[in-house]
Amino acid sequence: MDIALKNTVKKQLLWVALVSISMFFASMLSAFIVEKGDVDNWKNFSLPTYFVLSTGIIILSSLLLFFIKPALKKGKSIFGLVFIVLILGLLFSFFQIKGWEQLTNQGIYLTGIGSNVAGSFLYILTLTHLLHLVGGLVGLCISTIKSKQNLYSINNYLGLELTSIYWHFLTILWIILFTFLKFY
Amino acid sequence: MSEHHKESFITKYVFTMDHKMIAKQFLITGMFMGVVGMLMSAIFRVQLANPGESSILYSLLPGAWLNDAGGLNPDKYLALVTMHGTILVFWVLTAGLSGTFANFLIPLQIGARDMASGFLNMLSYWFFFIATVVLLSSLFVETGPASGGWTIYPPLSALPQAIPGSGTGMTLWLISITLFVVGSLLGGLNYIVTILNLRTIGMTMQRLPLTIWALLITAILGVLSFPVLLSCGLLLIFDRSFGTSFYLSDIIINGEALHNEGGSPILFEHLFWFLGHPEVYIILLPALGIVSEVIAVNSRKPIFGYKAMVGALLLIAFLSFIVWGHHMFMTGMNPFLGSVFTFTTLLIAIPSAVKVFNYLATLWRGNIRFTPAMLFAIGTVSAFITGGLTGIILGDSALDINVHDTYFVVGHFHIVMGLSAIYGMFAGVYHWFPKMYGRMMNKNLGYIHFWGTFICAYGVFFPMHFLGLAGLPRRYYSNSAFPMFDGLSDINELITFFALAGAIVQVFFLFNFFYSIFKGTKSSQNPWKSNTLEWTTPVERIHGNWPGELPVVTRWAYDYSKPGAEEDFILQTEPLKEGEIEH
Repeated sequence: MDIALKNTVKKQLLWVALVSISMFFASMLSAFIVEKGDVDNWKNFSLPTYFVLSTGIIILSSLLLFFIKPALKKGKSIFGLVFIVLILGLLFSFFQIKGWEQLTNQGIYLTGIGSNVAGSFLYILTLTHLLHLVGGLVGLCISTIKSKQNLYSINNYLGLELTSIYWHFLTILWIILFTFLKFY
Repeated sequence: MSEHHKESFITKYVFTMDHKMIAKQFLITGMFMGVVGMLMSAIFRVQLANPGESSILYSLLPGAWLNDAGGLNPDKYLALVTMHGTILVFWVLTAGLSGTFANFLIPLQIGARDMASGFLNMLSYWFFFIATVVLLSSLFVETGPASGGWTIYPPLSALPQAIPGSGTGMTLWLISITLFVVGSLLGGLNYIVTILNLRTIGMTMQRLPLTIWALLITAILGVLSFPVLLSCGLLLIFDRSFGTSFYLSDIIINGEALHNEGGSPILFEHLFWFLGHPEVYIILLPALGIVSEVIAVNSRKPIFGYKAMVGALLLIAFLSFIVWGHHMFMTGMNPFLGSVFTFTTLLIAIPSAVKVFNYLATLWRGNIRFTPAMLFAIGTVSAFITGGLTGIILGDSALDINVHDTYFVVGHFHIVMGLSAIYGMFAGVYHWFPKMYGRMMNKNLGYIHFWGTFICAYGVFFPMHFLGLAGLPRRYYSNSAFPMFDGLSDINELITFFALAGAIVQVFFLFNFFYSIFKGTKSSQNPWKSNTLEWTTPVERIHGNWPGELPVVTRWAYDYSKPGAEEDFILQTEPLKEGEIEH
């Protein structure tokens, strides 16, 4: 298999996997809709402000990734850029956890006697998103190390490209989840 | 990967990345699980024929599974039914069928050296293998395996204290199925990307054999529907282990009111059947793909209506996503919604009828060779028709309500899904055995296997429709407490007789299979005089499939008995003659 085909194959494997992950979240959101329609004691809640902050952070991190290709084209080092994205990813995770803390302070729990299905769904949706994000963080860690070692060039940065696609997907997914949880 | 290279025992047989060997791993594991699942059904059929009585077959079971009289314990009966369903649906007819033939045929029939990612392919099998070990280990836990039915409906599956099988056995079931889904997804990603990218020169989508179309669409179905089972299982795990209430509400168990409020077990059914119905076609479509190939080859005729066959596959796949509600007519569904699901379900009859018509038209006036593979392929079409007809009854909400959860349903899905798929799988094994092992299977043993299986299978599942129409509920340990069913006990005994006979007949297949691997007559390169690319590879297995350059395809896969041709088959690599028109 020549390199171009190999790259295409790897990208397509990722794209199909993303379709699969999308189905996972689509089914979760459908479950949310069905349950909300069925349940009498559905508890309405307001989203933690930390989630607004984390939304801004992940959007910023995704935008920064768009500067990688032009930088590689100019032969510039991309270490700083990738490192900042990694830090933003960690910040996003941190604010998600802070958001959960805010929720528990409001009396919204994942589980237990005082919990409600509405709250449980909120936790599960954000938790599964965060678990998927861990995969992205691993990819960013590897990309950071490789960019520090100057292993990427405009003709050879597939790993970083795959990580970027995955990261953009996580950003879009989060925006959808956030919008859904906020307005539905 | 372009050429054959030296392999050690470990890299050749265990952690292999060669698609052909991985296919054999899936096949052997699937066959092993098939035997386990079949023995389970033999045991619970004996119970149904002689409720509560002892039997020599029970010596296969741990002593704790039996009552004082030496009969089967009721909770273990439920465990056996649950495990039988799980094993047959997922392990045999999903991984055993799709895993085997997708791995084996995709690279060979599209002209590729291997799958897009040999590593992911290997992982796919090993996830499946570990899932197998975990599932089987649940047979040996004190409280027994999962026993709430293969559909694991809550609240039985969500409350570990509900019944013995809701405890550790259920936890192991969930772990096992999660591993299984991960393995299936890895496999599915690989199949799709391989077919889309690694077709050899000239192998356009319009020239793909129908087996590949069927496997491609199956993989797409899997990639879209298995994640839904994962989310369904994840919510169940949270309910079981962490005290959430997604599927639970207002439950009192052993006099204790549980805190769970607001959940709905119906939500589980929605999620489960959103996977569950496409799963029927994940099982069935590969079998139909295999049958398309086997029928064309052995009729010595082009497949009738190639484009219609592809269109029918696509339409069946699409419709399979919007019919899940027909499994839930009894859940208090709004009658209008029920009629919508009835409509979408009955629509599936159209592409199904197209396929059946085209199979029959292919057979019509063909120069038919009744090989064991061909007999099983025709058997698939037969079972698809028989089971499909009762599907029309069950797809109609007004009719379904009368026979819901009776043996009518058991008879229906075993014929349309179980028999069709397992016949397709047998057809595939008999047909591609020479390619897998370089030897031929014994024909006469194949005939005994086919006719024995065919007669016994109808002997088992046809009478079940009458039991169901008489109102006999499925999954009951014994019907002796209901005098109105006393008159049906003879039919139950008859079914058990055929079930045991059918199980014995499988010994012919198993002997034939393993004996032929070592002692079968050596195969020629193209024993069935078939057109597809796999028969252009050497008889001996090599990693990379073709020793030199990849073949170049110049025609479709079904040029059989083409007027003006010297022989009644033309390989896909044979260039078009001057003035020859492609099909």
